[in-house]
Amino acid sequence: MAYLDHAATTSMLPEALDAYVTTARVVGNASSLHAAGRDARRLVEESRERVAAAVGARPSEVIFTSGGTESDNLAVKGIFWARRAAGGRTRVVASSVEHHAVLDAVQWLADHEGADVTWLPVDGAGRVVPDEIDLDDDVAVLSVMWANNEVGALQRIGELAAYAAGRGIPMHTDAVQAAGQVPVNFAAAGVAALTLSGHKLGGPVGVGALLLGRDVASTPLLHGGGQERDVRSGTLDVPGIVAFATAVEHAFKHQQEYAVRVGTLRDELIRRVCEVVPDAILNGPPGDRLPGNAHFSFPGCEGDALLLLLDAQGIACSTGSACSAGVAQPSHVLLAMGADPDRARSSLRFTLGHTSTRADVDALVAALPGAVERARRAGAVKAARTGT
Amino acid sequence: MKVLAAMSGGVDSAVAAARAAEAGHDVTGVHLALARNPQTYRTGARGCCTLEDSRDARRAADVIGIPFYVWDMADEFHEDVVDDFVAEYAAGRTPNPCLRCNEKIKFAAVLDRAMALGFDAVVTGHHARLGADGLLRRSVDLAKDQSYVLAVLREDQLRHAVFPLGDSTKEQVRAEAAVRGLAVADKPDSHDICFIADGDTRGFLDRQLGARPGPIVDAATGEVLGEHGGAHGFTVGQRRGLDLRRPAADGRPRYVLSITPVTNTVTVGPAEALDVGRVHGARPIWHGEPTPVECAVQLRAHGETFPATVRRTDDGLTAELHRPARGIAAGQAIVAYRADEAGDIVLGSATITATDRAVAAA
Repeated sequence: MAYLDHAATTSMLPEALDAYVTTARVVGNASSLHAAGRDARRLVEESRERVAAAVGARPSEVIFTSGGTESDNLAVKGIFWARRAAGGRTRVVASSVEHHAVLDAVQWLADHEGADVTWLPVDGAGRVVPDEIDLDDDVAVLSVMWANNEVGALQRIGELAAYAAGRGIPMHTDAVQAAGQVPVNFAAAGVAALTLSGHKLGGPVGVGALLLGRDVASTPLLHGGGQERDVRSGTLDVPGIVAFATAVEHAFKHQQEYAVRVGTLRDELIRRVCEVVPDAILNGPPGDRLPGNAHFSFPGCEGDALLLLLDAQGIACSTGSACSAGVAQPSHVLLAMGADPDRARSSLRFTLGHTSTRADVDALVAALPGAVERARRAGAVKAARTGT
Repeated sequence: MKVLAAMSGGVDSAVAAARAAEAGHDVTGVHLALARNPQTYRTGARGCCTLEDSRDARRAADVIGIPFYVWDMADEFHEDVVDDFVAEYAAGRTPNPCLRCNEKIKFAAVLDRAMALGFDAVVTGHHARLGADGLLRRSVDLAKDQSYVLAVLREDQLRHAVFPLGDSTKEQVRAEAAVRGLAVADKPDSHDICFIADGDTRGFLDRQLGARPGPIVDAATGEVLGEHGGAHGFTVGQRRGLDLRRPAADGRPRYVLSITPVTNTVTVGPAEALDVGRVHGARPIWHGEPTPVECAVQLRAHGETFPATVRRTDDGLTAELHRPARGIAAGQAIVAYRADEAGDIVLGSATITATDRAVAAA
């Protein structure tokens, strides 16, 4: 199988898996007062320090969560609630290409909490343009992702954070896709909050972290035992946290060589895809993108038809967005970038990761032309039927 | 063969897919998302396009061990089936949306897409037989037979259709599903119209077409007997819901005899005026049998058959019924069958456009 969907999830690093299994064999609740509890707590705190050291945060700024979705919700809703309570600010600002974990959290605040929402537009490559942003002092929270999960566009986080800091606006960034792929440093970026997820960088699913500045207040989503600065209650997932820290440490330590190796392979993928399908359109920025990301539109094809055909040949990729019924909707990211719905529906994402090899690219390049031809035929049949 | 199994989430299509896989075909399961705003859960036995049905279909595909996808056919379904359904009622006819779905969606939009993507055929869980001779026959389970709603398929569509259930009864299909470990084995049968979740067809049409009051007229006297809220609420042969305050002179019940959209008139009369001796159909599908032919015709879904002489005409079919049929509505299909031991054979079909009254016996 050629697995070209590492942005959806990537396989666990052997050392993270070992750490998980070893830890999971030992009993102990990190909140217990006896020796077993202290041992568990020690593993959690060591992990917190390892994560903090890797990402440029203080240990007290690391809040372990169940993953990216929870961290995004905690940042957006929690900071909104805290800032509204403290100063009556009700505006939420987010880019229009956020992951649904931010997008839908923001929309929920608008629908249920009376939030005023400003969606920041993006350019044709999916990037927010910092110079065009002009915010008032009614903003409770600003959220712009570090890198886009669909088209791989890197945002100018430093500039955006500096702008926000200058106006006293706490800024959150979803760095789920960026962490381990490009240099990410919490302190250097100057953001108030940053989301990390375990399973995108070689850790287990179901664990992640929100880096939350010490002076940033956030109202909890989960109430209970008061763990994690009282911001995130719930029994600490010791094996998950240890494996997560192991993966974060590894991914950040090897980020540069990873980016070179995977980026080179990705460049080859793009070049060869464009050779075998000359009218393929590369979406997203040509340069400032995630090293493992390639995202194309194949004119005349429907992405889900291509996915089916490639899947049948053992090639795993993604149309970039899914909904609960499994029906592909045109991507809000591509639409925000100015693509028409047809182009949005004709797109396919290939993402490389730490286990990717040239053989994966070879398999894709071998299968793609035939798949595109068939999908195009199916697209023509549909076009003839609907008269479009 | 490389086949695409349309999986509704029900027991029939699950067993059909399983049989196709067991027969050695390379099977891919597809659930058709037909509702624009799918309900989360099934309510009762209606509908086939909730998220729960999609999940049931996915689980069945897992158990069978075949790949599974969801295809979004909501726009096509809405345009070709739902809009057509409303337009037909507005035109005073009584459509059959299942038939239209087979004609336009399952064996057109889906089949065409499947063929373009490299599949050889579409497999469905319909209860009908389609053998090596290419003839469409009734299911062995006459109570569940669906040949009536498949008779609209042309030969080029039937050539790429596979119906693995035709030799089995529904009971056998359920038992087999249980043996195969398919959780849908005891899922209730779906019936009624899948896109009208509450089963209230008249309410659905009222919402689509709005209130359109018009007269209810006596066929014999021309007298206006009352007012209706919309002719689309009536079907030829209907007795209930007329709400006529005055009884007929002879005290006998009155039935809808015809609907005239141009004047928005519902015409009523006695039961015997519903007796039809000749049926005309348009848009014929005919599988080559020379006509006139003595055969049996079925004039509504799950209806009885009538012995008849069927003739091809320039642009349709005409059936002379050897005994009168009562309450035949335009818009339904006329399907001609020839009796056969291996299952009655579908000779052809057409959409009923007009009927002639039976000559009353002296």
